[in-house]
Amino acid sequence: MTTATKVFDVAAIRQDFPILHQEIHGHPLVYLDNAASAQKPRQVIDAISRFYQTDYSNIHRGVHALSERSTKRYEEARIKVQKFINAPSAREIIFVRGTTEAINMVAQTYGRKNIGRGDEILITALEHHSNIVPWQMLCEETGAKLRVIPVDDRGDVSNFDVHANTKLIAVAHISNVLGTVLPIREIVRRANGVPVLVDGAQAVPHMKVDVEALGCDFYCFSSHKLFGPTGLGVLYGKTALLEKMPPYQGGGDMIASVTFEKTTYNTLPFKFEAGTPDIAGVVGLGAAIDYVEQIGIENIEVYEAELLEYATRELSQVKGLRIVGTANHKAGVISFVLEGIHPHDVGTILDRQGIAVRTGHHCAQPLMDRFGVPATTRASLAFYNTKEEIDALVRGLAKVKEIFD
Amino acid sequence: MIDDLYQEIILDHSKKPRNFGHLDASSAHAEGFNPLCGDRLTLEILLEGDVVKDARFVGAGCAISVASASLMTETLKGKTRAEAEKLFERFHQLLTNDAANADDLGKLAVFSGVREYPARVKCATLAWHTLKAALENSDEEVSTE
Repeated sequence: MTTATKVFDVAAIRQDFPILHQEIHGHPLVYLDNAASAQKPRQVIDAISRFYQTDYSNIHRGVHALSERSTKRYEEARIKVQKFINAPSAREIIFVRGTTEAINMVAQTYGRKNIGRGDEILITALEHHSNIVPWQMLCEETGAKLRVIPVDDRGDVSNFDVHANTKLIAVAHISNVLGTVLPIREIVRRANGVPVLVDGAQAVPHMKVDVEALGCDFYCFSSHKLFGPTGLGVLYGKTALLEKMPPYQGGGDMIASVTFEKTTYNTLPFKFEAGTPDIAGVVGLGAAIDYVEQIGIENIEVYEAELLEYATRELSQVKGLRIVGTANHKAGVISFVLEGIHPHDVGTILDRQGIAVRTGHHCAQPLMDRFGVPATTRASLAFYNTKEEIDALVRGLAKVKEIFD
Repeated sequence: MIDDLYQEIILDHSKKPRNFGHLDASSAHAEGFNPLCGDRLTLEILLEGDVVKDARFVGAGCAISVASASLMTETLKGKTRAEAEKLFERFHQLLTNDAANADDLGKLAVFSGVREYPARVKCATLAWHTLKAALENSDEEVSTE
């Protein structure tokens, strides 16, 4: 079956997600907190369970059958990730604990080696705390400076120039608050050879990501937002950069040989994977990628764009509601404020109607300050959401207003 | 029921908070911040000897935290430090312990509904934690700002 002939059947897709079929406070669950974490299809849950029941052992060590099987499954998943984001080589795919650890790893290895006093790291005003704080820590340690590219009132990132002392640019691919899709290719072009790290946590579940076409040097994402297990993420880095970077942690699996006098590090990607990794998690991530590819990421993009358009239109008609983040190119994230009603109260009242949204600052306090709001309510979409669920959200907001009127 | 949380008196105090603003003269102040949600308030108190003569606050937050600060400042006036601290203890019990009763808590009893919403206990107690900090920082000198 080719992608083009596939029919996007949301009812059938929902059947794959056991958690969606329950009532919360007497109402059918409407899960609109996908930017925080996505739910898991049966295929992923079963793959992990089956792996533990049939193939599990430690990897890269044993000569026995189970170890060989586990190693094979683990390395097959790495190749799935490589192909999924179109990385040139599987050696450039490093398994970490999540996007946060991927960014910290680059800051602590590439950063410490290549960035020093008087140098500059460039980020944007819409970054998640995880793409701010690791760089601030590095700046404190090295004497480098952080420069912030502003965002305009719609949520688009302004143009910027690189200076002679600009050593790294770290940007989100999609804003977790505003939904803005950043023009990564354009940013890489402007970077003019300065390495670009992309926080792709919000992008990978929703759009085709091709790291070669983007041209970025590092790309990070989390498994749990991609319908895979928690506690796992991926760092992609260009071979030339990864090879020159010192290891992040020392331990087993990351070495070629150890004596008390001298240790030789293992080759890529193992140099960065000290200790026994989340083997079953990686197998689960592989299953999640299979699942997404079976639906077709292009189909997901088309469906979610339609859903976003519908949700934006319907929510815009709610009196007193203001959407925060109205960039031209947006993904399925809608942050909003309701006049005179605090997001926390909105969230609590929606929850009592079975509707899960996120409220608060979304780990992006500087961005909240930029838009002059202490917090927002955020509805974030996945391909298993429906127009009926958007309608339920709109009805839920009517109830919120009824209580506060 | 959601109406148990958002009772009329809570909605009223959140929309029209009492004692909102600054004191002309205060003995102590403290800032309360809930990093999880960004709620922020500044509390100013005027002590005369051991007695809270006046209390006012400014800040922004959800209905529960604003109503709690409003009702707290109303309740505080005329209470001694020890009474205020005891009141916080009883109030906290009311929010977290199913067996706690609301006797003697007066209007503060309307917050008993928060018990069913563990994520919101912090909202209801922010003002009280701030009060505790203010009392600990306070001295007999009256500062004018």
